[in-house]
Amino acid sequence: MFATKAASLLLRRSAISGGSSSSSIAAIASLRTGFANGDVRSMSSTVGTFDLTGSFETYNLDTAPNNSVEMTKEELLKHFELMYTMRRMEITCDNEYKARAIRGFCHLYDGQEAVATGINAAFEPEDSWITSYRCHCVALARGGSVSSILAELFGNIGGATEGKGGSMHFYNKAANFYGGQGIVGAQVPVGLGLAFANYYNATPGKPMQVAIACYGDGAANQGQIWESANMASLWNLPMIFCIENNHYGMGTSQDRHSSHSDYYKMGNHIPGVRIDGMNVLAVKEGMRFVKEWVGAGNGPMYVEMMTYRYHGHSMSDPGTTYRNREEIALTRSTRDPIELVKRTLIDAGFADAEQIKDIEKVIRKNVASECKLAKASPKTSVEPHLYDYVYSSDGGKKMNEFPPHIRMPDFAKSKWY
Amino acid sequence: MILRSLALSSSSSWSSSSRLAVRNNVVIGGRSRRYPPPPPYPPPPAFVVGGLRDATTSVASPFAPSSSSSSIDGNNGIFIGHSRSHRRWHSSSSSSSISMRRHREEQRMGMKERPRFDDDDDDDQHLYRPPFPSSSSSSSSSSSSSSIAVVNKEEPDYDSLGPTSRLNLFTAINAAMRTAMKTDDTAIVFGEDVGFGGVFRCTQDLMDEFGGHRVFNTPLSENGIAGMAVGYASMGGTAIAEIQFADYIFPAFDQIVNEMAKFRFRSGNQWNCGGVTLRAPCGAVGHGALYHSQSPEAYLAHTPGMVVVTPRGPRCAKGLLLSSIRSKDPVVFLEPKILYRSAVEDVPDADYEIPLGKAEIVLPGSDVTIVGWGAQLRALRVACDLAAKEGVSCELIDLRTILPWDSESVINSVRKTGKLIVSHEAPLTCGFGAEVVATVQRECFFHLEAPIQRVCGYDTPFGLVFEKYYLPDEKRNLDAIRRVMDYSK
Repeated sequence: MFATKAASLLLRRSAISGGSSSSSIAAIASLRTGFANGDVRSMSSTVGTFDLTGSFETYNLDTAPNNSVEMTKEELLKHFELMYTMRRMEITCDNEYKARAIRGFCHLYDGQEAVATGINAAFEPEDSWITSYRCHCVALARGGSVSSILAELFGNIGGATEGKGGSMHFYNKAANFYGGQGIVGAQVPVGLGLAFANYYNATPGKPMQVAIACYGDGAANQGQIWESANMASLWNLPMIFCIENNHYGMGTSQDRHSSHSDYYKMGNHIPGVRIDGMNVLAVKEGMRFVKEWVGAGNGPMYVEMMTYRYHGHSMSDPGTTYRNREEIALTRSTRDPIELVKRTLIDAGFADAEQIKDIEKVIRKNVASECKLAKASPKTSVEPHLYDYVYSSDGGKKMNEFPPHIRMPDFAKSKWY
Repeated sequence: MILRSLALSSSSSWSSSSRLAVRNNVVIGGRSRRYPPPPPYPPPPAFVVGGLRDATTSVASPFAPSSSSSSIDGNNGIFIGHSRSHRRWHSSSSSSSISMRRHREEQRMGMKERPRFDDDDDDDQHLYRPPFPSSSSSSSSSSSSSSIAVVNKEEPDYDSLGPTSRLNLFTAINAAMRTAMKTDDTAIVFGEDVGFGGVFRCTQDLMDEFGGHRVFNTPLSENGIAGMAVGYASMGGTAIAEIQFADYIFPAFDQIVNEMAKFRFRSGNQWNCGGVTLRAPCGAVGHGALYHSQSPEAYLAHTPGMVVVTPRGPRCAKGLLLSSIRSKDPVVFLEPKILYRSAVEDVPDADYEIPLGKAEIVLPGSDVTIVGWGAQLRALRVACDLAAKEGVSCELIDLRTILPWDSESVINSVRKTGKLIVSHEAPLTCGFGAEVVATVQRECFFHLEAPIQRVCGYDTPFGLVFEKYYLPDEKRNLDAIRRVMDYSK
């Protein structure tokens, strides 16, 4: 009964939303209320306190995140469902890529699910979020649907950006998600601008909305990140530099590509927090603390998420040439974020193994049907999508005036407006 | 010394008590600030826009030099709008070309319906809260000029724009930014040293007038500046960023090419950063040498999604910059730095815009079409005058917008004259002239009477001592005119 309820809610959530994604946000909200009012009433305890000792390290800070966090059963189940959906989606991507249904670039997030889920849990939709090319699951956490993400990867019109971007390019205006960026580190100066706008628009007396720029340990030594860190600190912008440390910058381990691998200390005088990025509870509590501190006008903060990616950097990287299989297997068996949530659910008495299996079964089925839905969406056509949105219109006042034409590589095929 | 004191005075007006209070919260102590952070949080009430100075009085600037013998004004250059003969040419040619364009446009619109999407300004409303809730302020501050309508998407009729001031290029640009900031509460101006006016004084007095939270210095981080502009504009704001020299735009190239130009496209029109205008002084100045004299328009023009604009004089600059700032596409606005002080014109005090993507026929003629942009127009105008003494009638076209460029005007002109010369300061190979030539040879193949000439900089770096040899001056252009005339004899 529990599982069927979850299934129907997930189905509602996953309808292809086309341009606007507000519907999926509303669906998430209904998911929450559905659990709160529905089947879970029969369960005994609904709030648990979880110990987070050892999950955080701080730098240059007087305060620290709490060593325990309270979480309701509904919330934890919601996190589990989202994370498991992420995992299934990424595995589907992998299979579809190997079946040549997805072409081009594809960077998978499996192993890092707790990071996006935990940050999203601590954030409000008004907070700005920009991330790197490894963005499928962030888009999902930020209100995207599985079908819109897969359709984007297939190059279909139902995709999050009408199939124009493919992997790396998901956006959601309704949830202030500024997308994945293909250039390593280039999202950070843009995130600085987002933080500046949040700062500029802040209501006096209220906490500022924050901006987060996520990047990996491989990007952490990009020069433009230091440019941004300097400005963010100089002007006290509500900016979070979030390093998802999966220990490999493409195919080079952090000890070989960075002279300084305590990334949370990299901001020099900027305070930092290191968070166990495999524990969604720790990520949520840590980011709540960071958001509060940054939003209060204290300036930017560095956050390092200790996490791990199971797949290679991209689909051309088998992921086993620069690390051994034992390391991956050990991480899977001891630190897997989804196994941790499952264990937590069982230990807290929120669910038993049987229920969890049921939920997993439903999610697997759902993702498969989402994939079918995405495939059924037609291919993005050349007319008019090829040249659409290169430039703005002038807002409908006098259409077709600017630009006079889009110059194509072959002038004869230029598009005249 | 004067610069230093200016900088100090402008920053001292800045450190308000509320600012310091915020600083006290910060855990990191003991660091001294080089200059103050931009937006006070919370913003102090002193910066309400209604308290600004009057719009019209501030336009008349004390920095416009009187016409001296060294100015282009005295050179009978095209930068001056008050020559009677020039004005006659200008008005007659522009009105006819507008009607022609309109005709062709209507034809096109009839042929193919373009997909429409909503004005995205409305979409931004729920996300972007203007910093100053007093919405009446913008209308009240512009009330003095409210009788003059903003000319939109049509060539401005300068005669009807009312009173003018004699401005040089940097004061005209200053006036344009002042107008833009008065009419748009979200507009911010930032860049290296803009607080005291910048190296070329384009942002002179803006910090005092609009406050340090809207006009502020940044660190020397070009990539950071461009990226910040993208982020700020994508939340609905208007970012007017200055890159101190166009040569320094290359550190920002990643942000411009990969983030700025493509944001609308790659997000499927969910996001855009049309509010970005990057201003950068470009071109030779007489002593700039390798790192301070380049003209990077061709690099930038290779980027779909960008708009690249360059003015040839003060009057043109004000209208083009206002259009650029208000354009919904990101614009790189290249200002020929040699004209900052030397070009002086009567610039209307009103708020007017010059359409982007349209060339202007500066001098109508019948024998040779000459295409150029920016400061090069001066050399070309002199060459045209010299050619006229030899009985050659040249049609001089200022592209104004490099990307997307107005191929139509150039093609129509070449079909009339049968000869084309393209001239720019940037090196010959892969300069934007190559694009013009390639298009024209295809569209006007049977009209051409002579090989198309490119009169450009050499394919060398811009050596200090070689500057006057490097520049494609009026003599090299006159030589090219003679050559094409010889061919068609």
